[in-house]
Amino acid sequence: MIPLTNYLILGAVVFALAIVGMFLNRKNVVILLMAIELMLLAVNINFVAFSHYLQDIAGQVFVFFILTVAAAEAAIGLAILIVLFRNRRTINVDDLDSLKG
Amino acid sequence: MDMEFVYLAIPLVCLIPSIIVGLAGRCMDRAWAHRITIFGVAVATALSAMVFVDVMSGNTFNGSVYTWGVSGGVRFEIGFLIDQLSATMMVVVSFVSLMVHIYTIGYMHEDPGYQRFFSYISLFTFAMLMLVMSNNFLQLFFGWEGVGLVSYLLIGFWFDRESAIFANLKAFLVNRVGDFGFLMGIAAILLVFGTLDYETVFIAAPAVTDLTVEIVSGAHWNWITVICLLLFVGAMGKSAQVPLHVWLPDSMEGPTPISALIHAATMVTAGIFMVARMSPLFEYSETALSVVMVIGAITALSMALIGIVQNDIKRVVAYSTLSQLGYMTVALGASAYAAGIFHLGTHAFFKALLFLAAGSVIIALHHEQDMRKMGGLRAVMPITYVTAVIGSLALAGIPPFAGFFSKDAIIEAVHASQLPGSGFAYFAVTVGVVITAFYSFRLLIMTFHGEFRGDHHTWEHAKESPLVVTIPLILLAIPSVIVGAIYFEPMLFQGFFGESLKVLPEHDTVAHVAESYHGEHGLDLIYAAIGHGVKALPFWLAVSGIVSAWWLYSIKPEWPGQIQRKLSVIYAVLMRKYGFDELYQFLFAGGARVIGWLFWKVGDVTLIDGLAVNGTARAVGWFSSVIRHIQSGLIYHYVFAMIIGLFLLMTWFLRP
Repeated sequence: MIPLTNYLILGAVVFALAIVGMFLNRKNVVILLMAIELMLLAVNINFVAFSHYLQDIAGQVFVFFILTVAAAEAAIGLAILIVLFRNRRTINVDDLDSLKG
Repeated sequence: MDMEFVYLAIPLVCLIPSIIVGLAGRCMDRAWAHRITIFGVAVATALSAMVFVDVMSGNTFNGSVYTWGVSGGVRFEIGFLIDQLSATMMVVVSFVSLMVHIYTIGYMHEDPGYQRFFSYISLFTFAMLMLVMSNNFLQLFFGWEGVGLVSYLLIGFWFDRESAIFANLKAFLVNRVGDFGFLMGIAAILLVFGTLDYETVFIAAPAVTDLTVEIVSGAHWNWITVICLLLFVGAMGKSAQVPLHVWLPDSMEGPTPISALIHAATMVTAGIFMVARMSPLFEYSETALSVVMVIGAITALSMALIGIVQNDIKRVVAYSTLSQLGYMTVALGASAYAAGIFHLGTHAFFKALLFLAAGSVIIALHHEQDMRKMGGLRAVMPITYVTAVIGSLALAGIPPFAGFFSKDAIIEAVHASQLPGSGFAYFAVTVGVVITAFYSFRLLIMTFHGEFRGDHHTWEHAKESPLVVTIPLILLAIPSVIVGAIYFEPMLFQGFFGESLKVLPEHDTVAHVAESYHGEHGLDLIYAAIGHGVKALPFWLAVSGIVSAWWLYSIKPEWPGQIQRKLSVIYAVLMRKYGFDELYQFLFAGGARVIGWLFWKVGDVTLIDGLAVNGTARAVGWFSSVIRHIQSGLIYHYVFAMIIGLFLLMTWFLRP
């Protein structure tokens, strides 16, 4: 029997990887999107683990919702990315600073 | 007929025609405008005469006809107090007004504002009657402001003349100062007595003589003195006493009938009437009486002196009015209220006469007012000449003309007064006599005697004025001759005014005058008064004034110019009217402009616009310019901030 702690550590590690990916990535917006997906996955791992150990099916239902939202988000995010590339001819994160004050 | 109905009818028969002509004047024939209003005023005059006779038979009235409102226990009412004093005023006001209405037909017949003019003067008559008939302070104030309003409208009657607009603005502002004092006085009365009704206040007055008020800390002032002085400030404004006199000479910008009616005979005497009406209050304040007397004396003397140097025929008469108002005020200060009102009545007749005569000359010379361009007019204008002579003799105080009796009574009463300042007042009114005689005969000689000094064309067209002008002159000349002798005895010595004027025994200067006649009556008294007057100083002063005017302007016409050059400093001071106008222009007009400039530049431009409005915007702009450097536009910076923020928040909320 694998204890709950292991699953939680896995979720935290995946989440931390996503954050690091977001910070360290200076080149590509696609990686940003992937990092966001990774965050959502980390959350899902926690949900499923808790659901199993607490014997509550609601956590797994939530995971389905999150997966749906993540799929939609990925679709919209990629669409925005394509429009952005058309306009700016780049997806380099360092160059995307139109909001600079 | 029910007398209460008559009292109500008297002001209303003036108001209704005024409204009709005022509203419908444009679509009305000119003749109908004067027919309607003159009919109204004629009815008012007849009814006033009827009331006068009724009051003389002892039938006085005091009561309210309408309650306007009750607030906090104070009743605001319209009511009438008909006694000897108000009946006298009603007759004088309505009679002079009627004469002026008739005269106006002739004087204004070419004027485009004919109907408007008649509407105004009827409205004036209404307001003045409401003022004198009132039995409470509220209605007094209503009439007071009403006559002030019409005066303002009529001074600026020719509103396309800049000088007229300036003059009526000036009159309005100066009167505001006086009215402010008057309103404060009424407020003080309400505070002390808790009512606005004359009778209640007068009955309660002796009980509050010891009541004091601490206006400035440490100085305890008698309430009655404070009230009387405040009310007198109002009288100073309306009756043009120094230093609030500056508006009256300028009011001559209005048409001449108005100068006669409002600025000589009736409205300017409202202050005199008011003080006489308030005699039950003034009697309990010797301080106020002294102030009244000194102010009156200063006005009587200083304004008469200015009259000497004026060349505009109307301005001479205007300064004479100021000086005579000073005489009346002196009489009030000496507690000789009866003499003051007596002089008010006689003065109303002969001053209206002099103004209308001046107006008659002005018409004949096609609106020429400069006396240096007149002369010799007695040949072409005999009626105007004779009536003007009667008016001037009455003004100068030559027996048996009306002015002699009233002016003599004032001088004698002041002589008998024991109040502080009476010595100066006696000096001022006595010297005033010689000056009065001098300037009035200077006017007469410059206008009617000698050679005509204007151009030929004017002389050829000069002719006697039409009947509508000369008849009022004649009708005013008659009382100017006889009214003094007729009312000398009853008004001064037989308690004519009954209860309407209150004089404390220790102030009773009129009784003192009466003693000198050893109880003579009827014609004997008149003869005694004339005999006494002819031997007294004022008569000889008047004669010397007349003779010197005749000598200087008829025999030696080159002398006035030489005197003027010799005494150039005094002449300049008199021509500048002691600099009151310049002082007020500098101090009040200039001061107001400086304050206005400060409010504009400092208050508005710097504080409000600069600091409050634009300042806020600039502060926000500066703050943003600092803050915006935080906005890099790079996503990972925002994510960093978000993560750190989330971390901090969670630490805070999940703390053990």
